Amino acid sequence: MPVSITTPLSREQARNLKAGDSCLISGVIYTARDTAHKRLCELAEQGKELPIDVKDATIYYVGPTPARPGQAIGSAGPTTSYRMDAYSPLLISLGETGMIGKGKRGPEVVAAMKEHGAVYFGAIGGCGALLGQCVRKAEIVAYEDLGAEAIRRLEVENFPVIVVIDSQGNNLYETGRKAYLESL
Amino acid sequence: MREIDAGRITEVVRRLCIEANCHLPQDMKNQIEACRAREGWAPAKEILDRIVDNYRAADSGNVPICQDTGMACVFLKVGQEVHVAGDIAGAVNEGVRQGYGEGYLRKSVVRDPLDRVNTGDNTPAMIYYELVPGDRLEITVAPKGFGSENMSQIKMLKPSDGLQGVKDFVVKVVEEAGPNPCPPIVVGVGIGGTFDKAAYLAKRALMRSVDSRNAVPFYAQLEEELLERINALGIGPQGFGGRTTALAVNIEQCPTHIAGLPVAVNINCHVTRHMTEVL
Repeated sequence: MPVSITTPLSREQARNLKAGDSCLISGVIYTARDTAHKRLCELAEQGKELPIDVKDATIYYVGPTPARPGQAIGSAGPTTSYRMDAYSPLLISLGETGMIGKGKRGPEVVAAMKEHGAVYFGAIGGCGALLGQCVRKAEIVAYEDLGAEAIRRLEVENFPVIVVIDSQGNNLYETGRKAYLESL
Repeated sequence: MREIDAGRITEVVRRLCIEANCHLPQDMKNQIEACRAREGWAPAKEILDRIVDNYRAADSGNVPICQDTGMACVFLKVGQEVHVAGDIAGAVNEGVRQGYGEGYLRKSVVRDPLDRVNTGDNTPAMIYYELVPGDRLEITVAPKGFGSENMSQIKMLKPSDGLQGVKDFVVKVVEEAGPNPCPPIVVGVGIGGTFDKAAYLAKRALMRSVDSRNAVPFYAQLEEELLERINALGIGPQGFGGRTTALAVNIEQCPTHIAGLPVAVNINCHVTRHMTEVL
């Protein structure tokens, strides 16, 4: 049975999630990709206020397609996460507890997750049509000039994800593959 | 000479951009469903179920299958007896501009690789021209996502590396890519030619349907063998483990230099989209 999660996600809740857990996320999450991450980190390094509150926040690595009239959002699946590796440790140290993307993460990100208590979720890559249906509301809250890459505040309902890397550093990409090969 | 108005190219490209992004080709659907039936690992089967649900939702809702609606790769096979009235490249780019706008597709192209300012209309397209006999104009639009494009590699092998070197390189590229390119993937391989020709062949291999095999029996067998080796890696759908790491390996080969053995591997995801129309 999937675990239901309501955001914001506290450090303690993040620490309770284990690699391989299926989860359904409801509540507010924020979107950000490469350039938005870069801008957030530049502000943080200058000691300036960020346009979103990253404390206990979950950030979804997505650049959706434009919504048709009557839709909250278009297609909205995850982008590959390693491109955010340079920025995630700083955001985690500032309070980010959840990241949603797909693909591998670097050791510096996993180290920050273990130190502060954060979790990396995978959404199914290439399933943007289905995932977009879980978004009830979307509004741009920063960097509108970036178009698809602007930071959006999303209200999601039962958004399906799997814990890929937990706050102890367990990694489903390694354990899942090993378990399958051992089953043969 | 047969004359074709450039405006007709715009119209076809516009329509193909929208349709290719919302409707997965039938050969891909058949292959995904066949692999789902063969997949014995329960978590992997569940992922494949969602992938099927997703392209069905895209079909019925006219929603892009994936939010990465790609760079528009446009392959033109121009008959030598065709005269296009107007600017061909301009007509293709106008079709992309209209299709990505009217189709609510994502604009994912930056005007310069280093200053990275979005062009706002997904132009320019990557256009590949081929001159062929006849009086037809064949247009293929293939929106190419970059999660998988980024996992592609090329290697100038030595002739002494031989067949074994080619096989090992292809498998290594897929293994290093792991979960990043949204497996199950389609693997396009170009062998021979020059540095750039090998990469072009790998891209063109992705345009071939996944239920066809190379016309040369030796390469057809190599495609099957590589698919088996890749699916023995255990990466599985989304990288969570399982048999179904790749749906197909398509190889295109070409004569090459006595001193060289170029091999290019172009990776595509389970949303391998392309649509063709002939004028």
